[in-house]
Amino acid sequence: MTQPTEAAPSFAPEAPLLELKGVNKSFGAVHVLHDVDFAVYPGKVTALVGDNGAGKSTLVKVIAGIYGRDSGEYLYEGNPVNVHNPRDVAALGIEVVYQDLALCDNLDIVQNMFLGRELRTGPVLDDVTMETKARETLASLSVRTVKSVRQSVASLSGGQRQTVAIAKAVLWNSRIVLLDEPTAALGVAQTRQVLDLVRRLADRGLGVVLISHNMNDVFEVADRITALYLGRVAADIPADQVTHNQVVELITAGRSGELGIRNVATASI
Amino acid sequence: MTVQSTDPGTQGVADSDFSGDNRQSVTVRDSVAAYLNRLRGGDMGSLPAILGLIVLFAVFATLHDKFLTTYNMANLVIQAASICVLAMGLVFVLLLGEIDLSAGVAGGVCATITAKTMLEYGWEWWLGALAGIVVGALIGLAIGVLVSMLGIPSFVVTLAFFLALQAVPLKIIGSGGSLRYDDTVLRGLSIKNVPVTAGWIAAVVIVVGFAALALWRYRTRSARGLVHQPLPIVLVQISVLGVIVLGLTALLNENRAPNPLLFNISGVPWVAPVVIALLMFWTFVLGRTRFGRHLYAVGGNAEAARRAGINVTGMKVAAFVICSSMAAVSGLLLASYTGKVSPGSGGGNVLLYAVGAAVIGGTSLFGGRGRAMDAVVGGLVIATIPNGLGLLNQASYINYLVTGGVLLLAASVDAISRRRRSSAGV
Repeated sequence: MTQPTEAAPSFAPEAPLLELKGVNKSFGAVHVLHDVDFAVYPGKVTALVGDNGAGKSTLVKVIAGIYGRDSGEYLYEGNPVNVHNPRDVAALGIEVVYQDLALCDNLDIVQNMFLGRELRTGPVLDDVTMETKARETLASLSVRTVKSVRQSVASLSGGQRQTVAIAKAVLWNSRIVLLDEPTAALGVAQTRQVLDLVRRLADRGLGVVLISHNMNDVFEVADRITALYLGRVAADIPADQVTHNQVVELITAGRSGELGIRNVATASI
Repeated sequence: MTVQSTDPGTQGVADSDFSGDNRQSVTVRDSVAAYLNRLRGGDMGSLPAILGLIVLFAVFATLHDKFLTTYNMANLVIQAASICVLAMGLVFVLLLGEIDLSAGVAGGVCATITAKTMLEYGWEWWLGALAGIVVGALIGLAIGVLVSMLGIPSFVVTLAFFLALQAVPLKIIGSGGSLRYDDTVLRGLSIKNVPVTAGWIAAVVIVVGFAALALWRYRTRSARGLVHQPLPIVLVQISVLGVIVLGLTALLNENRAPNPLLFNISGVPWVAPVVIALLMFWTFVLGRTRFGRHLYAVGGNAEAARRAGINVTGMKVAAFVICSSMAAVSGLLLASYTGKVSPGSGGGNVLLYAVGAAVIGGTSLFGGRGRAMDAVVGGLVIATIPNGLGLLNQASYINYLVTGGVLLLAASVDAISRRRRSSAGV
């Protein structure tokens, strides 16, 4: 089994908030993740890149607790934790914003942000507190494009919907936010909004994972880049130590010059 | 949109960010403009039903001088009650984008059970009614489990139940027979009236309660700087409700006997408080509880609801249980009106009238949109048609044609407004 290259020694981040070590995951005969190491640092944006089928989504779902691991460690703040389902993961302060957003069009922004975790006084919904908190969260993220927190989500643009989905994730004092292709369906200006928001999340000390196909987006906001190739980590490097082309080579061929999987031929499944 | 900042001291960090929010004193004109915008966007709520009701009243009142008499109005209330209650139950399954075709027949089955237990075993009225409602809940449970756990489309499951459940009253009562339904309380719901004084007290309590709630809500929300209606709009809402409730009470508290010198028939029919109590209860559940919020969420986007940790299967089962239990209540009210239960009770087009009522009232067939109030407004529209046509001595085929036409119209309004909503994004 080939080993991924070590991260450049010059990069000395703080202790990772979340760390996966040697994670393997198979679906029947298909070995999707091979000894994957992955780390999320507080205040940093880690981009997770890779071609279709490289294992990005599987890795995210393992982190989110949707899939179990066949082997490997799941460390939170350096301590091994047992996560069996999405609720355990949410309890750790890890939130996932999925590509298809998971918002209800017929509900308004406040209702969506608190969906499934509504605040109550007795049996009655506490709409006053929920609206106040939703407003504060959106404001703290400097979201200025939303006209009213009581407008229905159906009336929002793609970028605004993404913003609401992200705000929903950070509402719960989460420590880590995973964003699955947040800019995939957005126009230029809206992509700008969302990337700014991603940067602000990291600046607030959250660990952010950005899953993206778009190299421009990745280089714009990412501090670290983790490239997956056929279920293996091809590279885990600071974003300022690689070029655009190197990352593309890592994604498509698994290696680029000194970087990447040493023997790509034996690495294939 | 003008937002006048009257008290900058209470404003939070977010004040400047949501320019469209009615956080401070927004003018009435803005509020009305926002409402008109919603209408244009296709979000019409119960407005078509209310307009339809006005048109029907105007037409029937000009065609027949007995239509607007207090006697006929009381009749209309009693006729509408069972449709309204059945439609209220259907709102829950329609909210999830499902349908329950068996609800009408289930009501007939439950009324049969109730009548049978009272006649045969001498059960008290409340025990008999409870038995009927429990049977309704069990029918709903069976449908809900088949739909949500086995994944059979609700249309098919409830069509099967519609056919199969008709066997139950036929077996119990026998072909061509009927069961008496003459318990003083249950039959009395339709033929007895609330004492005049008690009716007035209840009406005043409802209006004062609503006003207090609306004003309290206005005060807390404006004090906390949250989205709220301007005060004049709140006052208009209170006055409209007050006029309707007190006006109807006054009307029904008149002596409406055809021969007022010999008899005194006055007071609100007992079915009205039953329907109003159910309306208030379900409005609270849908609007102000977590259960209601989750119902809307499942109807809007089941996958999103599932990811938010909502038990989608459980919500579906609950909706069918509520629907069939309400169908049982509706069956009891229908039997109360006719004074008997026959094998055909709740069959025929009872169910389709109720679906029509919910849809005309503004509940969407596509899920995610609907209120308990829709069922009541729509139920009144549906009940007005046979009532008025009956007065006009029209052949019954006209009744079918008109009701079918109204239902088709309502469904078209629903479909068109849905299209406009998705393009206007309201």
